[in-house]
Amino acid sequence: MASGYDRALSVFSPDGHVFQVEYALEAVKRGTCAVGVKGKDIVVLGCEKRSAMKLQDTRITPSKICLVDTHVALAFAGLNADARILVDKARLEAQSHRLTVEDPVSIEYITKYVAGVQQRYTQSGGVRPFGISTLIVGFDPNDKTPRLYQTEPSGIYSAWKANAIGRSSKTVREFLERNHKDGLDREETIKLTVKSLLEVVQTGAKNIEIAISAPGKPLELLPVEDIERYVEGINTEKQEEAASRRPGRGAGGTTQMPARPAGEGSGSGA
Amino acid sequence: MLALPCLCCQAQGRARQLWGVAFTTPTYPPASSLIHPSPWKDFTIVAASKAAMRGATILKASDDKTRSLNTHTLMAFSGEAGDTVQFAEYIQANVQLYSMRNGMELSPSATANFVRGELAQALRSRRPYTVNLLLGGYDKIENKPTLYWIDYLASLAPVPYAAHGYAQYYCLSLLDKHHHPNIDYDQGMKILRMCTEELKRRLPIDFKGVIVKVITKDGVREVDYEDDVKVAVP
Repeated sequence: MASGYDRALSVFSPDGHVFQVEYALEAVKRGTCAVGVKGKDIVVLGCEKRSAMKLQDTRITPSKICLVDTHVALAFAGLNADARILVDKARLEAQSHRLTVEDPVSIEYITKYVAGVQQRYTQSGGVRPFGISTLIVGFDPNDKTPRLYQTEPSGIYSAWKANAIGRSSKTVREFLERNHKDGLDREETIKLTVKSLLEVVQTGAKNIEIAISAPGKPLELLPVEDIERYVEGINTEKQEEAASRRPGRGAGGTTQMPARPAGEGSGSGA
Repeated sequence: MLALPCLCCQAQGRARQLWGVAFTTPTYPPASSLIHPSPWKDFTIVAASKAAMRGATILKASDDKTRSLNTHTLMAFSGEAGDTVQFAEYIQANVQLYSMRNGMELSPSATANFVRGELAQALRSRRPYTVNLLLGGYDKIENKPTLYWIDYLASLAPVPYAAHGYAQYYCLSLLDKHHHPNIDYDQGMKILRMCTEELKRRLPIDFKGVIVKVITKDGVREVDYEDDVKVAVP
């Protein structure tokens, strides 16, 4: 197989692949899913949360959504331990930026920095790439435009209206492509985030984390009860739709968002 | 050898730089503050002169010689012109970084010890910081106001009231006489008024009034302070 070219990191295979980077992307695919959605004046991050074991203390188990600075939040998919190091570097840069230019970092700047660090770890000897992709969200200082960026282990970064990373990210991204539209308000944005996560999260609210970023406000972590409310709302909506569809050619279009055909992959979430 | 020039700078710095005065009022027992939650009961007042000077020239009459390190800690500084702000902002960035990394704020006492450590390390380096500091805060866990006196030789002392620079010669005696642990906010401001008036009366430098900030359990806030009161000189 690829023997020889997947050992040392900084060696290309003859057909131009850097295998270690591709393996890192594989690690990302195995990580729990994270979703980011932009609304009109809001950005929402959603994460799939591994169900805790019986004796685990969930209160002090670290979250997959972390603050890089007061106005920048980051969610990741992939190796948790790698993420910790990367987030720490980002936090240091955010404060260092404040100290040197007396301004908080812009979202693009910190994204570029994170991606830069990830790139560095694909091109030097004796290291291994970061096994994580990140979604970085927030608002630039004195600006009301929502920002959402993604970075990958290779060091690529890109801006999105809505995106998903991690396990089944393709399913979720396709769902978002079908259902996202510009100018969503707060409720709609949160609902879309939860709904998109429900595509792949089987167990509902207790395995979902939601963080909301609004301009000039601290990051808001949605309490479980609220997420539950959204999940219930979505489930009843789905049921109603399924019911209205069954008798005749349903009078659809009552829902706020064009819902996908019922019973497609939503599985045991209902 | 190295200590000599800094002592020099220090003497000069003191002559032309600011002064600061601050004091705290812990209520005893601390529990009483829980029964009567008055925002002004437990507080630390920090005041610093507004004059930025270079030699005999006043460059600015609205200088703020304080930095908020986090929601409940305020650092006032004096000393060599460039060192002060450089050091204060360096500390501010590190205290902020700590909060971001650990998801909790550094307590005032932890901050004070961190600052002392950084100063002590700088003192033994090629170029030490010539900075005197007053660190006012409110400890949210122990529910009491705090004040730390730190000088450029990295001595640290928790104190009920303190002053740096020439101000100490005038203020400390006033504070010795009038400060006691149970003063309320109004009495505190009254003592501060005595201090500033005494300085206006006796100090041959126009320090352009003071910026006054108060730290309570609700955080740091600036308070209006009337500076243009005429002071009678005997």
